[in-house]
Amino acid sequence: MAVAETIEHKLTQALAPQRLKIVDDSEKHKGHAGYREGGETHFSVEVVSEAFTGQNRVARQRRVYEILAEELAAGVHALQLKTLTPEEDA
Amino acid sequence: MDETVAARIKQEIDDNQVVLFMKGTPVFPQCGFSAAVVQILSHLNVKFKGVDVLQDPGIRQGIKDFSNWPTIPQLYVKGEFVGGCDIIREMFQNGELQDFLQTNGIEAKPAA
Repeated sequence: MAVAETIEHKLTQALAPQRLKIVDDSEKHKGHAGYREGGETHFSVEVVSEAFTGQNRVARQRRVYEILAEELAAGVHALQLKTLTPEEDA
Repeated sequence: MDETVAARIKQEIDDNQVVLFMKGTPVFPQCGFSAAVVQILSHLNVKFKGVDVLQDPGIRQGIKDFSNWPTIPQLYVKGEFVGGCDIIREMFQNGELQDFLQTNGIEAKPAA
């Protein structure tokens, strides 16, 4: 499975997001640290989930990092995150 | 985590009110995300200590374990972990960062 699909699958399972957007930004980082041929190293993720309600930014992003710990260990070098509750997204 | 590494990190965040664990130095950042945070802090004229994790593999891994946060950069204010690049950028954009720093007694004002 492509890395983006894995990310989508795991976040969907864990957070039941109202909205989820995953963009592979790897090409923007060509030649920079962490880039490798074929991409799949740099992602931007926007997640809107009820699960974030009552949690501060650090707690929300920690949660996402935990869910994607294997991917981060396996070659995902950067994950740009936007984590919102449905209310904040409105 | 190696105890001496933890002690060194602790020392940095105890000794300096604002510490940025980053790749490269404030003058020559080696990564776009680190550079973005340096730019924000510099724009606000915040005095901070930059710790270059590329100079020290122990700190590079150690800070991730210490903060329970898998990416660099990481900003500490008065010993408290504030966030990485996305959080700092978001806080800066909505004015929260300036308020947060000032509440902590740290001057944060763009040059006139």
